[in-house]
Amino acid sequence: MMMEKIAPRSRFWLAGAALSALLVAGVPLGAYAATPADTLVEGFAIDDIISMDPAEAFEISTAEVTGNTYSLLVRLDLADTSKVKGDLAESWTISDDGLTYTFKLRPGVKFASGNPLTAADVAWSFERAVKLDKSPAFILTQFGLTPDNVTEKAKATDDATFVFTVDKPYAPSFVLNCLSATVGAVVDKKLVSEHLKAMTPSDDYKYDNDFGNEWLKTHSAGSGVFTLREWRANEAVVMDRNDNYYGEKAKLARVIYRHMKESSGQRLALVAGDIDVARNLGPNDLDAIAKNEDIVTTSAPKGTVYYISLNQKNKDLAKPEVRQAFKYLIDYDAIGATLIKGIGEIHQTFLPKGVLGELDENPYKLDVAKAKELLEKAGLKDGFSVTMDVRNTQPVTGIAESFQQTAGQAGVKIEIIPGDGKQTLTKYRARNHDIYIGQWGQDYFDPNSNAQTFASNPDNADTGKVATLAWRNAWDIPELSKQTEAALLEKDSAKRAEMYRNLQKEVLDTGPFAIIFQQIEVAGIRKNLKGFKLGPSFDTNFVGQISKD
Amino acid sequence: MSATDTETAAPGSAARGMAIASAIGRFALIAVTTYLGLLAVTFFIGRIIPIDPVLAVLGDRANADVIERTRRAMGLDLPLIEQFYVYVKSALAGDFGVSVLTTNPVMDDIKRVFPATIELATVGTLIGTLVGVPLGVLAAVKRGSLIDQIVRVIGLVGYSVPIFWLGLLGLVLFYARLQWVAYPGRLDVVYQYTFTSPTGFYLLDSAWQGQWDVFRDALRHIILPAALLGYFSLAYISRMTRSFMLNEMAQEYIVAVRAKGLSETRVIWAHALRNAAVPLVTVIALSYAGLLEGSVLTETVFSWPGIGLYITDSLQNADMNAVLGGTIVIGSVFIAINLLSDLLYQVLDPRTKTQ
Repeated sequence: MMMEKIAPRSRFWLAGAALSALLVAGVPLGAYAATPADTLVEGFAIDDIISMDPAEAFEISTAEVTGNTYSLLVRLDLADTSKVKGDLAESWTISDDGLTYTFKLRPGVKFASGNPLTAADVAWSFERAVKLDKSPAFILTQFGLTPDNVTEKAKATDDATFVFTVDKPYAPSFVLNCLSATVGAVVDKKLVSEHLKAMTPSDDYKYDNDFGNEWLKTHSAGSGVFTLREWRANEAVVMDRNDNYYGEKAKLARVIYRHMKESSGQRLALVAGDIDVARNLGPNDLDAIAKNEDIVTTSAPKGTVYYISLNQKNKDLAKPEVRQAFKYLIDYDAIGATLIKGIGEIHQTFLPKGVLGELDENPYKLDVAKAKELLEKAGLKDGFSVTMDVRNTQPVTGIAESFQQTAGQAGVKIEIIPGDGKQTLTKYRARNHDIYIGQWGQDYFDPNSNAQTFASNPDNADTGKVATLAWRNAWDIPELSKQTEAALLEKDSAKRAEMYRNLQKEVLDTGPFAIIFQQIEVAGIRKNLKGFKLGPSFDTNFVGQISKD
Repeated sequence: MSATDTETAAPGSAARGMAIASAIGRFALIAVTTYLGLLAVTFFIGRIIPIDPVLAVLGDRANADVIERTRRAMGLDLPLIEQFYVYVKSALAGDFGVSVLTTNPVMDDIKRVFPATIELATVGTLIGTLVGVPLGVLAAVKRGSLIDQIVRVIGLVGYSVPIFWLGLLGLVLFYARLQWVAYPGRLDVVYQYTFTSPTGFYLLDSAWQGQWDVFRDALRHIILPAALLGYFSLAYISRMTRSFMLNEMAQEYIVAVRAKGLSETRVIWAHALRNAAVPLVTVIALSYAGLLEGSVLTETVFSWPGIGLYITDSLQNADMNAVLGGTIVIGSVFIAINLLSDLLYQVLDPRTKTQ
């Protein structure tokens, strides 16, 4: 009886042993796995994607996908990013009162689905973005569009003419720059209409369908150079070539973004040839691949700046001398040479490079003596203690530690409170911090995006509805807010640029923000790749022109 | 051949059935209370943490009106107790809500990612057991010898070296340098669109469909992370085997069977190990359950789309529906494996049957 019991188990062990032998023997001495010749494979951390619907998407990786799968009326002119050029719009005119923009569409354009693209599609795309009212909708609604008037203010007068009416005589550069944001992507009305989800109208949502929002979360309905084939959350995004694209067709048939979080893993896969491009390489891995003959790197400054901000609710931090002293307590040189090497460059003004009105001035250097002098003037000769909320990722942790150390030299004791990103952000948005280290990416490629957040605070009350960064740090600046507002209405681009330069000087001088660096996006690419280029923004990281040898 | 000192008269099968049934009943009760506790703890932790869940849905830039509206739509304006009631009600119906991050129902997501973890954990445990048990036995038999020392060092390294670091090291050696294994993920890009996996277990499905090239590729992808997990469970299993074996080898029945003239091999493998196997089953089951929870770091390093990676990503994005759903599913699996290993205990150890 015992025998009978032992026997089946022995068989199990035996089977197991055999299987493990198979596991070992079955593993071949594999050759390098090259990616298929017609497919581009990128290693990319894509866990920020929430939705592929251009009316909803506002994330970095999504911008790249929608930028390649949709066309817009106008796009940034990559040759001079302070201007735009026509994409679907062949030409446009602006009325003398500066309120009406009339766009003539390129004839004969088709969506990826084969449906003809008309001005009615453009109007409907604006309508659904405004009515859905998701995160990026404000880029359109800031021109006075409301759910009630959007069909009047953004309408097709014939198949090839789209008329857009704004509520104030804004600077044309402002209006056009905003229309180059992905929220203005033109969606295939006919295709999406087949996938509407019925909704029950309520106080919060007044319409009987979802404008295809749910379907578009995982599908594309555009006329870009690619179409979205599949998005598997935290695994991959796959795009196929759009053979109906109006311009030059994509050279490769397919692009795959593989979700890879780790810089070191991306580096290994890049070297082995399992991916063609590595998108999230840290400074160490960039160094390591610099010597590899099969790999080159390419980079482009992006519209994100990193800054340390001082909450003006804190009495010590509210003193003008303290604000300025802190700007002298950051070791910019050391940070630039180590912590952000290859992924950022020192930049102390709030407009990133490449934007209209950029100001390339970095007057601050680490100067402990000067900072001490300023602190003494503020009556804080012996320093003081203060907390700093830091989310636990690099490079901000490293920068915070560096700052903690240099500030200590002037007697300022900084207690770092580490936290998860969402956690520190929640505290920051509630204005409960002392010092916060954060980053700000522009919402659209126009100086107003950053000017508004750094230099405008219309209502500094705790109940204030416009939660700009100036508001989050309780910086009450009625005068600067007015100037920011005025810059929006300046028709002359050169004068407008000058106004932003003045705003930047003011913030640089007196603001509670010590802006440290502008992000550079770097990619490691295999040498057989031709035409890979990073754009000035994430929605201009185009992949259509890429080919392989 | 049938003599061991634990041999007792076989009880009636009805009595055995009763015993098992009551064990199951007891466990069901424990399971239900544990679930409810789990539900309550995870829910309230999810609400207490100083993270605004609306942030996860809207990102940082939405205006105040949109935020307020979303807060209402998510039911976050209700009193906490009411939120809990709503949550438990839908959770009992198997509905954990929709994941913010993936926009799919949480249950669908888990069905998608869990097989990847199960496959990895199974192969890992297999390796850990098949290597760990013999090593442990050897260490016990040759106690104090060089082999014992080596096993001890292997175990120590397994316990103390961060899996993250070892994973990268493995990648550098076996993937980048030797090219024995494949990376990243579960399959090469080439196969990703020619192979469909109805069950989510790539090895089983590809073998079933006779797609041996896919099978080989899946094997090349799984072998390194599985070996790594296997190594860590091996460290634990071999230590436990050793101590169980030492315990058994000191028993009088060992002297008895030796006196009967059985070969040492039989004494060790057929008698001592058989008795040591009883507690060992629990050890292996627990280590398996531990691996099923998803080895967050291993899955991150190897870009393995399993439940550990899923829950970590959800956690980082404050996607509470996904975190709660994932926690409860994992909790269920943990409880189920415990139950199973206890039942197996009864089968393996005749003494427990009669009690």
